[in-house]
Amino acid sequence: MSISGAHPRPPLQDSARPSARVLRLLGRVAIHIALVGLGITWLIPSLGLFITSWRPPADIAASGWWTSLFRPAYTIGNYLQVLTAQGFGRSFVNSLLITVPSTVLPVMLGALAGYAFAWLRFRGRDTLFLIVIALLIIPLEATWVPVLRMFNDPVGYFKLDWVPFLSDIDVRLTGSFLGIWLAHTGYGLPFAIYLLRNFFISLPRELFESARIDGASNFAIFARIALPLSVPALASLTIFQFMWVWNDLMNALILLQDVTKRPLTVSIQALIGSYGAEWHLLAAGAFITMSVPLLVFFALQRYFVRGITAGAIKG
Amino acid sequence: MSRGERGWGAWVFLLPALLLVSLFLVLPIFQTIWLSLHGGTGFTPTQFLGLQNYVQLFTRDSYFLNLDEWPPSGAMINNVLWLLLFTSGTVSLGLLIAVLADRVRYEPLIKAVIFVPMVISATATSVIFRFVYSPDPTIGVVNAVLTAILPDLEPVAWLGRTSLVNIALIGAGIWIWTGLAMTVLSAAYKSLDREVLEAAAVDGASAWQTFWRITLPMMILPIGVVAVTMVINALKMLDLVLVMTQGGPRNASRTIAFTMFWEVFNNSRAGYGSAVAVILLILVAPIILFQIRRFRSEEALR
Repeated sequence: MSISGAHPRPPLQDSARPSARVLRLLGRVAIHIALVGLGITWLIPSLGLFITSWRPPADIAASGWWTSLFRPAYTIGNYLQVLTAQGFGRSFVNSLLITVPSTVLPVMLGALAGYAFAWLRFRGRDTLFLIVIALLIIPLEATWVPVLRMFNDPVGYFKLDWVPFLSDIDVRLTGSFLGIWLAHTGYGLPFAIYLLRNFFISLPRELFESARIDGASNFAIFARIALPLSVPALASLTIFQFMWVWNDLMNALILLQDVTKRPLTVSIQALIGSYGAEWHLLAAGAFITMSVPLLVFFALQRYFVRGITAGAIKG
Repeated sequence: MSRGERGWGAWVFLLPALLLVSLFLVLPIFQTIWLSLHGGTGFTPTQFLGLQNYVQLFTRDSYFLNLDEWPPSGAMINNVLWLLLFTSGTVSLGLLIAVLADRVRYEPLIKAVIFVPMVISATATSVIFRFVYSPDPTIGVVNAVLTAILPDLEPVAWLGRTSLVNIALIGAGIWIWTGLAMTVLSAAYKSLDREVLEAAAVDGASAWQTFWRITLPMMILPIGVVAVTMVINALKMLDLVLVMTQGGPRNASRTIAFTMFWEVFNNSRAGYGSAVAVILLILVAPIILFQIRRFRSEEALR
């Protein structure tokens, strides 16, 4: 039975109504308490480290970070020390040098391949795409040893020692930026292809058919129709891949065994190993690592959430 | 299907991507399987062992699987713990926040706060949680709160006790990934048919009943998708463990992926570590089949 608000209510309900209202009020209060409590719980870990990164080392050892909220005494010294003496300035540059090409390459190559999977016909297309989906989930652990063997000795790995000129020179990709760019591209491509193929295929078919009737080449259709219409998808993918590479520890640790080329994540990991309890350095170092992703997040939240949500299962 | 024209043109688009994917993913996987059947130190396999690496992992490596004592222990068991607690923790908290935040005006703010850990590297998260869990009550906020409430309590070394370390690590994992579960489930919740929920309220169902009898059954599909994502994350768990505990104390927090990394890069046992990687591959195989099936049914609807 539907009871609209205008109808007079039966008298029996009148006695129940005040308590129902109290219950509903209590429910609303409980929702606020739960949400604010969860929010504070989620905020405190990073907030504590952030405040610590601005406190003098002596204060960190003497009192909890929460006490400094009432007696503020902050310094930029930890950041200066970690950037110069601990080489985080260099690492920051390395992180950028690693991340930018490792983002541009897979997005470009992924767009090309994604377009082919969406709008071109070739033998084995559906099977190949199922392989791409499978590779999305493959743990990278299953590739590291062979990839490192390939990087340590590419000539031997591809059995090219018989080429006279190649056997004389020492080509190694281990510890080179080129090596890690290629690796991140290979690892990032399945997701790039998957995401962009699914986006391209959602575009209206008539666009492509009429362009083809007008005699446009495949590449012209790709560059002048598909790409310009896909800016939101390309933005989400670019941000996702950028964050993934910027935050990557394992691949840099394994494939880039060169102290001078360390990105920020590897420098932090090394700092934990050598200075287990130097909280002023660790805190400042961690926030230098986090600064770029946080800026990107707050500037481009919409694309960001979309990219990360779509790519959460990668590698 | 008849999209586009047939010809060689497509391969020009595909070739660079296929080449790199083959070089870094497809070929290495087969080589890893081959390596897992070999022994020797370093990266060059010296002898063919057949399945001996696997036999040793399951029967004689107590860090990997120890069923001789109760409770059982080892990396496999730790991953089961990750699978259960991490998946249920992220999905239930994500769902709770998605549903509750829908009713308040500060929804965007609370969602941003919960999502931010997704943005941070696992390395930075490890620093944050080494700090949170520190046994020193002037550093670690967990111990500071506990000792403030219970003054007699000895500060707890969350990452230093074999009985607590996995729970502490899983807690950090939940802190990271709840934001993802919340985002996906919130989108699903907002797309539910409002009329059904309102009809339930008009019929006198309490909010609690509406949630369990109507909302939850209607959201079973997105919940499943999120749970699968979290299962994959739990199976692959490596960087948090490596940076926070290095598998310790006394190897109590090893995971399968950590064991692979440690055996290969710390103990120089490429063959043995490769066998661990193959076990990981076998464990994700059902999920791969599930995703392929899901993709096919989505394509059929297109």
